Amino acid sequence: MITAKESPQQEVLEAVVVRFVGDSGDGMQLTGTQFSDTSAMFGNDVATFPNYPAEIRAPQGSLYGVSGFQVHIGSVEISTPGDNVDLLVAMNPAGLKTNLHALKPGHTLIVDIDSFSKKNLEKAQYESNPLEDDSLENFQVIEVKMTSLTKETLKDVQGLDNKSIVRSKNMFALGMVYWMYNRSTEYTIEFFNKKFESKPAIIEANTKVLNAGYYFAETLELIPNSYTVAPAKMASGTYRIIMGNTAIAWGFLAAAEKSGLELFLGSYPITPASDILHELAKHKHFGVKALQAEDEIAGISSAIGAAFAGDLAITTTSGPGLALKGEALGLAMMLELPLVVVNVQRGGPSTGLPTKTEQSDLLQALYGRNGESPIIVIAASTPSNCFNFAYEASKLALEHMTPVLLLTDGYIANGSAPWKIQSTSEMPDIVPRKLKSAPDTWHPYDRDEETLARDWAVPGTAGLEHRIGGLEKDKVSGNVSYNPENHQYMTDIRAEKVNRVQKYIPHIKPEFCSEGKLLVVGWGGTYGSLYSAVKQMTQEGHKDIGLAHFNYINPLPSNTKEVFDKFDRILVCELNSGQFITVLKSRLEGYKYAQFNKVQGLPFGNSELVEKFKQYL
Amino acid sequence: MESTVKQYTFKDFASDQEVRWCPGCDDYVILRAMQKALPEMGIQKEDVVFISGIGCSSRFPYYMDTYGMHSIHGRAPAIASGVKLANPNLQVWIITGDGDAMAIGGNHFIHVLRRNLDLNIVLFNNEIYGLTKGQFSPTSIVGQRTKSSPYGNTQPPFQPGELAIGAQARFFARVGGNTPKEMTQVFVDAAKFKGTSLIEVLQNCPIFNDGAFSKYTDKTVRQDKQLFVEHGKPMIFGKERDKGLVLNGLKLEVVTIGENGITEDDLIVHDAENQDPTLHQMLVRSEYPLVTGIIRSFTDITLEERVDEVTRQVKADSSFAKTDDLFFSGETYEVS
Repeated sequence: MITAKESPQQEVLEAVVVRFVGDSGDGMQLTGTQFSDTSAMFGNDVATFPNYPAEIRAPQGSLYGVSGFQVHIGSVEISTPGDNVDLLVAMNPAGLKTNLHALKPGHTLIVDIDSFSKKNLEKAQYESNPLEDDSLENFQVIEVKMTSLTKETLKDVQGLDNKSIVRSKNMFALGMVYWMYNRSTEYTIEFFNKKFESKPAIIEANTKVLNAGYYFAETLELIPNSYTVAPAKMASGTYRIIMGNTAIAWGFLAAAEKSGLELFLGSYPITPASDILHELAKHKHFGVKALQAEDEIAGISSAIGAAFAGDLAITTTSGPGLALKGEALGLAMMLELPLVVVNVQRGGPSTGLPTKTEQSDLLQALYGRNGESPIIVIAASTPSNCFNFAYEASKLALEHMTPVLLLTDGYIANGSAPWKIQSTSEMPDIVPRKLKSAPDTWHPYDRDEETLARDWAVPGTAGLEHRIGGLEKDKVSGNVSYNPENHQYMTDIRAEKVNRVQKYIPHIKPEFCSEGKLLVVGWGGTYGSLYSAVKQMTQEGHKDIGLAHFNYINPLPSNTKEVFDKFDRILVCELNSGQFITVLKSRLEGYKYAQFNKVQGLPFGNSELVEKFKQYL
Repeated sequence: MESTVKQYTFKDFASDQEVRWCPGCDDYVILRAMQKALPEMGIQKEDVVFISGIGCSSRFPYYMDTYGMHSIHGRAPAIASGVKLANPNLQVWIITGDGDAMAIGGNHFIHVLRRNLDLNIVLFNNEIYGLTKGQFSPTSIVGQRTKSSPYGNTQPPFQPGELAIGAQARFFARVGGNTPKEMTQVFVDAAKFKGTSLIEVLQNCPIFNDGAFSKYTDKTVRQDKQLFVEHGKPMIFGKERDKGLVLNGLKLEVVTIGENGITEDDLIVHDAENQDPTLHQMLVRSEYPLVTGIIRSFTDITLEERVDEVTRQVKADSSFAKTDDLFFSGETYEVS
């Protein structure tokens, strides 16, 4: 174990972005996760983003088989995984080819030159070896015979085949990076000891290679000095690193416990939402019922059945799956049952870009059903607040007796960040409208005067036997009604019920400034990108730019108009062709709107945002 | 427990809604048979749930004074599965038709049978789409002239029992739509069966497909054309109770008792409880005689039991009692 020590040569940096890239089988996700976890333990703020191919086992060395993991660590607040990287670790030519564009000029590149064989160069479609021509002259290139050094390190370790030996070279790279950023290897060695408890040879091999990489970097003259990133100023408390999809699952666990209900998930596997199903399937000890259904429609339909029978019912999906669920979601709205639908957005349309991020399902979420069928739509905006919004979605569904659609996206779902752990005991109360026994007089569509929510009368309760269905219902009895006035009344009241949710959601609070020339508006997963860019503008001296980032989309926060009134121009930035701006224009007329859109399967970059903002200042 | 259950009559299960099926429809027979069967089941009214899809048959829940949901086309099996998993104490019935179950809802239909939750499915098979006014269905016969097949249906039909047993149905029964006594008994038996039970009712649609089953179900021919099977009893039919079924190689053969030295002892004795469905499939496919009654009733472990077992084990092995135990477990760190 190596404990990090202060060294006189250290340069102090505020923040650093490191990207590890290699073949799908090179263990880049593990390497990146270890670096980010160790940095978080050290006290840095961190944000991570994995980038892996859609193919499960793409041909070795191919351009489309490249897997990457980016880590942004800082002594300052970190709100995105970062755009351009300060250090690129490339385990093979394909990784270098596909990621070099992200490396800042003059910055460091570590390559495993053992992998730069003629065959691998050809697979990466290099006409000449980039290490030998002058294409890398703008970078500080550190060439390391990583594969041979790993083999040499492990030559005396018993019980390892050649494959396992070569596979541990990622730890050599990690050891080097630990030295460069003055990180202790302690946490990772502990991790080996736990993970490979029954395989002592693997523990020994990984530990040796990690240390070998560390010492190699220390003694290597090619690395001029090491850097340090000091701990960030973060609120005190107990933290853990959490991925957005895990946070979603845990938010539901907390909501079920707080509301005293059992949790039911009906779902069908789909990228990038499946991890929520995986996570909830683990938690049978909390009584979670996770049904992997035969299709998307059965996923939501089983959840509707569970909601009718009194569970906190959830279904999870991504864009194409939401399209399939549309009819059933309309039924849930019509029945006025509590249901949470999570849509982890990905690149569309159709099958689109399953492993890439986008925000192009907003209009589908709001309007993608037949008839007049308003529902609550909310969006999480960071990996860690996925927890809060899963909880909030459950609370709104249960207290207002309506489906709630929760939007996230591939970027925050797969990204991870520190989460100041919230105890379920400290979360707000959830009071489901479940009737425990039959009141003296009761009708299925009697409503609460304030919220307009109906009661939840679940099968098994004597005296409350009733029938509900997708046909229009009488406003009181719930019996089928074709009466024209009744249909108008029910249409209006279903809309009004959702509008009244405005009274129960927080105001939108503009950040950086609340009056000025330009209000940057965003929603959902772009928060980190927009926040960093507006912050940079503010630090550069622009005092008249603010940020209003929306988590509540339907209904909008009640003070939205007042916030917009204070700015000359409203710039709506979205990873789609302009969906939220369409909604805003129809609901809040009379503003000077502008829009900035990007549909490349990628998050916003800092520089493109800053450049755009400057056009309006 | 039995003694605490209220004694009901069929009237207790009739809702205040006016029944709106066409006059003469077999749906009335099914409704009354169900209302008569429920008091026989020893179950509290509030624990009964009817879930239907879309179609004439699917109006059924509105007429039952129990919990009910008239849902969307084809999805009743999935919704009912959610109800049953959420609360396994409920007695759950799926009401569906040939189009609802085998066309738009085909996927849910086969998977609900495969999973084997303890619930019941009543399939109203009239071999036609009634609510949309007369198109052929997945059980319509080849050549059938309907509004959407003016020159005759060209799509070969499903045999519901064959499809169901292929999808691992453990319980399959078939009854004529004009035999309420048998129907009531089959409903009671299906409810008692632990696992998914499927009852196909040959339901005459007097408007769009009148007489589809009359060659089997008419009072004048019923006894000669139908074999009503009972577990443990020889397969005898006919007005004179002189016809029976024997197995000749891999085929069923109709024989006459007293001819060619055949006695009752030569006939096949019905074994509904056999795990091997080979003979059940042959009975389902038989056109003469048409086989009614409980053809298959094989008791298997249910999905609830499997889920229960796993859950109990996980709970016993887990150190997490509350969500906080999970949230604060593993790789956490302090910031001061």
